[in-house]
Amino acid sequence: MHRLLRTGDFWAGLAFAALGAWIVSQARQWVYLGEEGPGAGFFPMWYGIAMLVLSLVLVVGAARRQGEAGRPLREQWKGTGRALACWGALAVSVALLKLVGFIISFALLAWFITGVLCRKRALLSIGLSVAWAVFFWAVFSWGLDMSLPAGRFF
Amino acid sequence: MDIFSGLMHGFAVALTPGNLGMCVVGVLLGTIVGVLPGLGPPATIAMLLPLTFRMDPTGAMIMLAGIYYGAKYGGSTTSILLNIPGESASAATCFDGYQLARKGRAGPALGMAAIASFIAGTFGVVALMLVAPPLAKVSLAFSSPEYFGLMAMGLAMVVLLSGHSLVKGLLSMLLGLWVAGMGTDLFSATSRFTFGRAELLGGIDFVVVAIGIFAVGEVMANLEPTEPGAMLPVPKGLRNLMPTWQDMKDCRFAFLNGSVLGFIVGILPGAGSTIASFLSYGIEKAVSKHPEEFGKGAIEGVAAPEGANNAETAGALVPLLTLGIPGSGTTAMLLAALVLWGFKPGPLFIDESPALFWGLVASMYIGNVLLLLLNLPLVGVFAQLLKLPHYAMYPLILGVSIVGVYSNSSSVFDLGLLTLFGLVGYAMRKLDFPTAPMILGLVLGDNMEKALRQSLMMSQGDLSILVSRPISAGLLGVAVLLLVVPLFKRVNATRVQIIDQAEG
Repeated sequence: MHRLLRTGDFWAGLAFAALGAWIVSQARQWVYLGEEGPGAGFFPMWYGIAMLVLSLVLVVGAARRQGEAGRPLREQWKGTGRALACWGALAVSVALLKLVGFIISFALLAWFITGVLCRKRALLSIGLSVAWAVFFWAVFSWGLDMSLPAGRFF
Repeated sequence: MDIFSGLMHGFAVALTPGNLGMCVVGVLLGTIVGVLPGLGPPATIAMLLPLTFRMDPTGAMIMLAGIYYGAKYGGSTTSILLNIPGESASAATCFDGYQLARKGRAGPALGMAAIASFIAGTFGVVALMLVAPPLAKVSLAFSSPEYFGLMAMGLAMVVLLSGHSLVKGLLSMLLGLWVAGMGTDLFSATSRFTFGRAELLGGIDFVVVAIGIFAVGEVMANLEPTEPGAMLPVPKGLRNLMPTWQDMKDCRFAFLNGSVLGFIVGILPGAGSTIASFLSYGIEKAVSKHPEEFGKGAIEGVAAPEGANNAETAGALVPLLTLGIPGSGTTAMLLAALVLWGFKPGPLFIDESPALFWGLVASMYIGNVLLLLLNLPLVGVFAQLLKLPHYAMYPLILGVSIVGVYSNSSSVFDLGLLTLFGLVGYAMRKLDFPTAPMILGLVLGDNMEKALRQSLMMSQGDLSILVSRPISAGLLGVAVLLLVVPLFKRVNATRVQIIDQAEG
């Protein structure tokens, strides 16, 4: 059983099953068939049921293989630290937009990627992040007259 | 408008300085994207799509299509010099292209890839021009049930050929349908799956999902450590890039094989250029007088797949422009672009938007010539792109993604969604869920629901309308067959084998 818990298919199947069940529960609150034909709940009901059934097939398939055919989670997610750190940095950068604006938050994101994730020298990473920030401002804000997210301070 | 006058009108449109410039930018960007492994045309088109909203749609479409077919040219450079496909469509080129380069024939291999791409690409455009208008006329007879059947068949094909697991392909497609269904239901004004957020009442913008899944997800995946490949040198001088007369003679059938097969495969939804190039390679090897040389540096092994993946591009535009049915992630992106610019791809598209259709066709003739001219003398310059440090590219891609999404809606909420879908895209890659069915489900979801509900309104709720009309019954029958057939072990083994080969 514990091998099953280490397969991605098992967890993905459970996640889809939960989503499918939720879609069906939501669709039940809307009109399925009205006087003028199918209602808002008709289509979601069917794809929700399909999602639920297929996700259970995925879970059962993973259980039957007991993790033999599918790659173990540890192997599957090896090396994901940097990817998830990049995602975290992007999320923080987006959250900071309303506060510091695009130029500063993007420069911080670029610095994090080059300096921290790709381990480049401080001078190079700072220089590159400033250069990218200036490039984006020059091309999009100044050159193309597009509005970039503005912050409270910048 | 007949084909000849349509084409002349198209050249008048495509040869205006603005549109010619867009064509140059598109094919140049496409070549660059094709050369760089890890950055594909769907991600590039997704990122640039919001920036095209202020442009003239014809010029913008010419540019986006240029990226689409230009990437196929560029992909071969990486396959031949690095043994890593720049695009999945160029994976088959690795077999013989890299072996030729190792034998000191990188020049003729690169030259042959460009020449085969040009011949098959041009054949594809001629075929597109001849096939699309009559097909559009036939499809005028389609009503809602037929459209539902067509979309179901298209999605089934994409799911069938998108990955090892049919279940994962279907789940990915259903996820796309769910995201497409978010927002206010246009028939009843019911708000669905909005989580109480006013921002979601209008639904989630396709651009946000596409950029998140393709661009952000791709950056995240590329940040994982990988072994860098060793690049073989590019011969200097145009003369060293030209294949010999004997090479050209040896590739006569490969040109034909790649052109015809690539175009036919392109018309089929879901098959895509990777399958086209592998099928063409397989046929070339099967009919060759010296099959034992394949995999060891046969020049036909470069010409056939490179031709096929270029002819496929024009083939894929046939169902997109005449039926409004995309067959891959990239064509789904082009469909979304057309819809966002206010066009309605389908049976009336050629008659309603002749400047766009014929301008696009003419620009593809011009683009193929430009690509040949660019790729032969400048291949060495493009190869230098492979030396670009990746750490400098990631901020650029993320920055363009952020600016692209924000320029579309001026909403920081959408940027939050972009981040979320980036994570979804990355998780899908890690868990081997194909992304193309999700994007197709997202693009077709609304129309599919509309077609189904309109069909049932026509029949007052009777589902038999979908199977009582011959065309829709036939299309749905094919869709069901495509999804049932893999349940037979032998058929599924063949399906998985094709996908395995396509994935290299």
